[in-house]
Amino acid sequence: MTKEIKLPLTQKDIESLNCGDAVYLTGSIITGRDKAVKKLKEIIDSGEKLPVDINGETIFYVGPTFKDGKITSAGPTTSKRMDGIVEPLLNNGLKGIIGKGNVSKDVQDALKNNKAIYFAAIGGAGALSAKCIKKVDLICFGEYGTEAVYRFELEKLPVIVAFDLKGNNIYK
Amino acid sequence: MRTINALDIEKKLTDIITRACTILPRDVKDAIAKAQKQETSSRCKFAMDVLLENADIAENESVPICQDTGMAVFFVELGQDVHIEGSLTNAINNAVFKAYSNGLRNSVLDPLSRENTKGNTPAIIHYNIVDGEGLKIEFLPKGFGAENMTKLYMLLPSVGKKGVVEAVVDAAKSAGACPCPPYVVGVGIGGTPEKAIEMAKHGLLREIGSINQDKELNELEGEIKARINELGIGASGFGGNITALAVHIEKYPTHIAGLPVAINFGCNAMRKEEVVF
Repeated sequence: MTKEIKLPLTQKDIESLNCGDAVYLTGSIITGRDKAVKKLKEIIDSGEKLPVDINGETIFYVGPTFKDGKITSAGPTTSKRMDGIVEPLLNNGLKGIIGKGNVSKDVQDALKNNKAIYFAAIGGAGALSAKCIKKVDLICFGEYGTEAVYRFELEKLPVIVAFDLKGNNIYK
Repeated sequence: MRTINALDIEKKLTDIITRACTILPRDVKDAIAKAQKQETSSRCKFAMDVLLENADIAENESVPICQDTGMAVFFVELGQDVHIEGSLTNAINNAVFKAYSNGLRNSVLDPLSRENTKGNTPAIIHYNIVDGEGLKIEFLPKGFGAENMTKLYMLLPSVGKKGVVEAVVDAAKSAGACPCPPYVVGVGIGGTPEKAIEMAKHGLLREIGSINQDKELNELEGEIKARINELGIGASGFGGNITALAVHIEKYPTHIAGLPVAINFGCNAMRKEEVVF
């Protein structure tokens, strides 16, 4: 059976999720990958105000393709490239990550300590993921192009819970 | 002497690049459908259901199968009795620029400044000059989830075939979910380091389900595929019994002191096209 979860995540939802659960995500998320996550980390480190409120947010590691301003393909990218730079975001209110593949022990600890959850989307399924995006708004770092921070309104994005609050890891 | 116009090549390639990025090849789709049936893990079945539905959406709506439309890699087999009217290299790069400026992701940048080159150029082109008047161009867009997991082992000759198997299994094990399984594994054995990697990549182009004409390599492919699937990685790395759709090996003579083995992965969106002029 596939669960449906509304975003932004509630603490109750996060606690109810178990590693291996198939979940459809519906609602608002932000995007970011290599360049943007690194930049957000640097801003946090410098003590300045972030250009996006990450409190309670879920971040999708994605660099979409666009055609005529519309997103046509938007699957997850490899999460481990954000190891070492995403921890400060988790320590500052980020509640969920959508990516693919295993994450480091440090990221797992940061997820657990901050009661946050890690979802794996299906790598390679960019066309289907794009169909789940109902609205797109640029938030910041527009100069990064595909790597900018966008807000997506999702409708039923299929994911699997990859790391839960109990510390269970699908990639163990 | 046969003459081929570079503009004709450019036009044809522009079409096949877009086609490759939006239509999953029949053999790959069939292999995923077969794996979906054989798989026992419900999570991996779920992942492969999503992949199959994704391929249909991409084909029906002419959108990229995967947002990582890769770096453009070409294998060119050029007959020495062909005269190209214009520049072949420019024709290939112009085709890449045109196709990738029209809805495919521009992922190529300067390796140090990280500044985007725009248009996903330059392409990676492997030229091979052969006898005759033919021109065959094979294309594969390579996403870097899989490329980053490429491995080269300079083995001791004494480890033999057994050592080759262990090296490939080790590469799959350390790659885990990163190359987006279920995948095709390209293996190059012998030659020099760069020759081994080039063979591993070229192996990805072979049709899934085709038999390696070299009996020894054919057996080795079967053994390695079984060993990788025993790792239990599964589709998307969710823990299942189908990780490799196929293992394709190419070999080349090497030096008495060496046994190079290279592994290159072709993710579940194993896109490829071929055009013959």
